[in-house]
Amino acid sequence: MSSARRANPAYALLAPNLLLIVVFLLVPLVWALVMSLQAKRSFGPGRWVGLDNFSRLLGDEVFWRALANTAAFTVLTVPLSVGLGLALALLMDRALPGRAVFRTIVYLPIAVSTLVTSLVGLLLFDESVGIVNGVLRDLGVGPVSWQTDGTLAMLSVAVMTLWTRVGFGMLVYLAALQDVDRDVLAAAEVDGAGAFARVRHVIVPWLRPTTFFLVVINLIWSFQVFDVVYVMTNGGPGYATTMLVTYAYDEGFGPARNFGYGATVGLVLFVLTLLVTVAQLVVQRRRDA
Amino acid sequence: MPRWARLVACVLVSAVFVLPLWAMLVVALTPRELLFDGGAGLWPSAWTLQNFTDLASSFPVWRWFGNALLVAGLTTVLSVTVNLAAGFALAKLRFRGRTVVFVLVLSTLMVPTQAVMIPQFELVARLGLVGLFWAVILPSASTALGVFLARQFFVSVPDELLDAARIDGCSTLATLWHVVLPLARPLVAVMSLLAFMTQWNDFLWPLIVLRDPDLYTLPVALRFLQGQFDTDYGGLMAMALLASVPLLVVFVALQRFFVAGFARSGVK
Repeated sequence: MSSARRANPAYALLAPNLLLIVVFLLVPLVWALVMSLQAKRSFGPGRWVGLDNFSRLLGDEVFWRALANTAAFTVLTVPLSVGLGLALALLMDRALPGRAVFRTIVYLPIAVSTLVTSLVGLLLFDESVGIVNGVLRDLGVGPVSWQTDGTLAMLSVAVMTLWTRVGFGMLVYLAALQDVDRDVLAAAEVDGAGAFARVRHVIVPWLRPTTFFLVVINLIWSFQVFDVVYVMTNGGPGYATTMLVTYAYDEGFGPARNFGYGATVGLVLFVLTLLVTVAQLVVQRRRDA
Repeated sequence: MPRWARLVACVLVSAVFVLPLWAMLVVALTPRELLFDGGAGLWPSAWTLQNFTDLASSFPVWRWFGNALLVAGLTTVLSVTVNLAAGFALAKLRFRGRTVVFVLVLSTLMVPTQAVMIPQFELVARLGLVGLFWAVILPSASTALGVFLARQFFVSVPDELLDAARIDGCSTLATLWHVVLPLARPLVAVMSLLAFMTQWNDFLWPLIVLRDPDLYTLPVALRFLQGQFDTDYGGLMAMALLASVPLLVVFVALQRFFVAGFARSGVK
């Protein structure tokens, strides 16, 4: 059979997938680059303005605030998602009565939509009728301003995010722990390594690829945060929890419907995601080589 | 760590993780007057189903469920089909342009919807899809995770099996259908569950393209209800509970498929 004829079914099998990617992802990406060079409102015609959108970006305090907030949110969520995931995986790895139930409970938030998570977050952290303040009041602690204090609002958003992410970290770590070489662990124990030393010198190095994967995926998720902020704080109070994506959304789909500028803000997220993904591919390739 | 200490730790951790779900359940069942009176508690003095009946009589709840099922169902069928086909081709067929295809598939990881949502919306509008379920379904069908899971599975299928089928006169497509797919049932289960769950829970993109409340999927409906109920959390939590329970039940029942899928996404 000629190679040309053998190639046919491959292209037929790939075509639907590639068509969807090109139409719904690559065309919008190129269009975003075009829009970023235009003054354009809603579906109206774009007027070429060169790099005006980018120079506005550099001088836009709200944009820098959104970028700083996204960075703060990332710092709050990524290390804890991964670290607590590892801690819980170590806790629930060995045999224990009811272990399957404990694991399932920690996994459950994975199946809960971010919208439900965010609404429950509101219910918990509502300043006047919320459950957290209710419990604190019963303990004699005055109402905590989860919604009017910017730092506390950011914290409440991060807490709900962790609730959905720690289970994923634990799940992935538990799978990786199945492959840890039991002989090496036993040898370390014979050599007198305590539990902490075994974790630190055998298990953690062994899990490094898994940790790397989890850090990358959590970074990307944190850069993209939208739902939980949009519902719980809508970026406020003031701009205290405005993130890159909520800002892009407000610019593009808010009253201004500023497609040109909104697309430009979106490109910043694209560049961040690209950097992290490319770094991941480079590291992975080096490891596989 | 001694066994009893680990047990205590597990109980405490579980209590923390179950608390939000518990709060949702309790508030959904708490009478409205009680909520506005003392605020929400973790153990109400009275129970009611009023929040659910009020919700169902004021809003098209069942219609929203139908929308969610239809959208997530169609996305699952389309997504599994295109990703499975692509994964098989990448694993088992030789063709020119492999690298280009690989980069294209990777681009679904590098270009998040959130980054290009504005031009994506104008594109979908120009294609006349806004207000149709296809606007939600088509852009989310191809996923890198789906393609990778499929590719990984098919790489482990022995070539001899495919060669035998070809010697027996099967075309590539016939081999895929009659020989490979029957082997791939666990893969199809994992891919289906992940695709269904992702679409059932997706919010931002449906929020952008679905304008008519009659077409809302559950997360968009919840956002809409947030505006209607404000701090009347009883009705809101009733809907949140209804929207979550089907998926939670499926998740617990088919946990091993989910765990396998997620674990394989992370462990190379």
